[in-house]
Amino acid sequence: MIKQTSTVIELTVYNHAGVMSHITGLFSRRGFNLEGILCGQIDDGSKSRMYLLVNKDETLDQIVKQVSKLHDVISVSVREDYDHSIFNRLHEFIIQK
Amino acid sequence: MNLTGAEIIVQLLERQGISILAGIPGGANLPLYNALHKSKIHHVLTRHEQAAGFIAQGMARSSGTTAVCFATSGPGATNLLTAIADAKLDSVPVVAITGQVPSQLIGTDAFQEIDTYGMTIPITKHNFLVRSVEELFTVIPEAFRIAASGRPGPVLIDVPKDIQSQRYEFSEWPEPGKTIEIKIDNSKEIDKAIDMLTQSKKPVLYVGGGIIHSNASEELLAFAHKNSIPVTPTLMALGAIPYDDPLCLGMLGMHGSQSTNIILNEADLVLALGVRFDDRATGKVSGFCPNATIIHADIDSSEFDKIKKVDLCIGGNIKEILTKLLEKATRNERRDWINTVSAYKKQYPFPKTFPKDLLHPFNIIRTVDSVIAPDSIITTDVGQHQMWVAQYYPFKKPRTLLTSGGLGTMGFGLPTALGAAFANPSKRIVCFSGDGSILMNIQELATLADYNLDVTVVLFNNGHLGLVRQQQELFYTRNYIASKFITNPDFKTIANGFGIRSFDLAHETDVRDVLSRALTEKGPSFVNVPIAPDLNVLPMVPPGGSNTESIGE
Repeated sequence: MIKQTSTVIELTVYNHAGVMSHITGLFSRRGFNLEGILCGQIDDGSKSRMYLLVNKDETLDQIVKQVSKLHDVISVSVREDYDHSIFNRLHEFIIQK
Repeated sequence: MNLTGAEIIVQLLERQGISILAGIPGGANLPLYNALHKSKIHHVLTRHEQAAGFIAQGMARSSGTTAVCFATSGPGATNLLTAIADAKLDSVPVVAITGQVPSQLIGTDAFQEIDTYGMTIPITKHNFLVRSVEELFTVIPEAFRIAASGRPGPVLIDVPKDIQSQRYEFSEWPEPGKTIEIKIDNSKEIDKAIDMLTQSKKPVLYVGGGIIHSNASEELLAFAHKNSIPVTPTLMALGAIPYDDPLCLGMLGMHGSQSTNIILNEADLVLALGVRFDDRATGKVSGFCPNATIIHADIDSSEFDKIKKVDLCIGGNIKEILTKLLEKATRNERRDWINTVSAYKKQYPFPKTFPKDLLHPFNIIRTVDSVIAPDSIITTDVGQHQMWVAQYYPFKKPRTLLTSGGLGTMGFGLPTALGAAFANPSKRIVCFSGDGSILMNIQELATLADYNLDVTVVLFNNGHLGLVRQQQELFYTRNYIASKFITNPDFKTIANGFGIRSFDLAHETDVRDVLSRALTEKGPSFVNVPIAPDLNVLPMVPPGGSNTESIGE
């Protein structure tokens, strides 16, 4: 179940091996909760878009500040306007061939 | 031009202005060393990679410019980790270049393969695993740019061996990576800060490593004096204000003087500049400066509200912020507040008295100071001796104390002293250490002997892990365990064995004369100082307690 208190952080990042480690490593090292990740290439493949499902609590401000400091992160925004129910319905999108 | 990846790396380092670097060769970085063979860069061969990391730190901390260290893959890289993590926590600009197994072997558990990239993610400001020889042209300058720009920090570059060996045809060198000055429009915040300062009756400046990193000591002094604001430096900022300046309160926090912690408790405005509200400085956060409005200025905005919610944040370079504050602040004598502060300092003198025993650490520390030139550089290891140096060494200038503040790494002092000596060949470097710490990197006495540097180790020898013993005495009902060494080596003989002039004050009558000879004659020296095993570092705030609950002398 996705909690009402969740929100989505939208990231644009450089797409190369290791970026995902930098993001997830930051969350584990700083003790931030990470409820879900969606990630895929954009443009010509040199960049990726990442959607992080996180708790909307007092750590959100620190999460955004710390993620912004990562050198492979191009932009960060908190998307209160997004419907994040997709994180609960991923199975609907993985369709058997 | 047609060069190998290794030659490209070495020439890019030369173009960055690197003239000396420390490291140890091994299988996966041999091409790099082969390229060094033809380079003007002087390579310092250490006896342990951690020491190479700390030599780079010693150069960087004492000079403010980025320094470089090398290690091979696997154990070379893991040995380097502690020094890199130490640089991260104290924001020191270091570029570490590690060899990695050839690209096609990555992920196969090859000989001396370890995931250096993965292991250094949380302890670097940024890191790179180089995937192609072309990437070196962007990665090397970028590493130097990142290490020195904004809040400084360590950057690691992992380079697979095949990329070091691969030849590459190119026509142009990239520009060297330069420090990017961060410009933040903070004029509104500065004006607000000046308003708050004007309304304040009892302001205090709480200043940290940011003052040192941005070379802002002069601006700090001018600002503090113009508006009569007492200054308390953190461990990282000792030397930013001369210890004997009438406005200097000395270090705050766990081992700060009681008067300083009381003054902070009474302050109505705290200007926190280039600090990160570390728990050793603040004590229990809810009890830190409970009566004060807090202004926090830092170049790293992620420090804002991280530990303590403050009333005003000012982003930017501390030197620029202080320059603006100095310009806009009015002259103010603040007689009442300055009198109150002086009264507290008199009520809680620090120390109450200097002990009679000439071998007491306080006396040794003051004697060392009286013998060496004022621009000499002090390094410390970690433990009781470190806190005594922080409390009683009369620091007068920035970058004269190099100490492991954030990570608290035992073994830091000696190799960092070597690095400081390489970067400051005309200065005497003194490493205060303890018998616990010195053994963690004692092999570097060999590197010290190699270069005959003007480094003196002053060893406070109590046969214990003194700060552990002290905490067991004070907080664990004297259940002493694993804090007393079973045997205590003869350090004079050990240092002699490395070919270093050594002295043991246990067998000397004229302490001052021995220290004077050890510290003023050219070349390295080692002085063993036997001290009482039951001495404590006081005052002390119990871990987790408020700063005003400190246990006094």
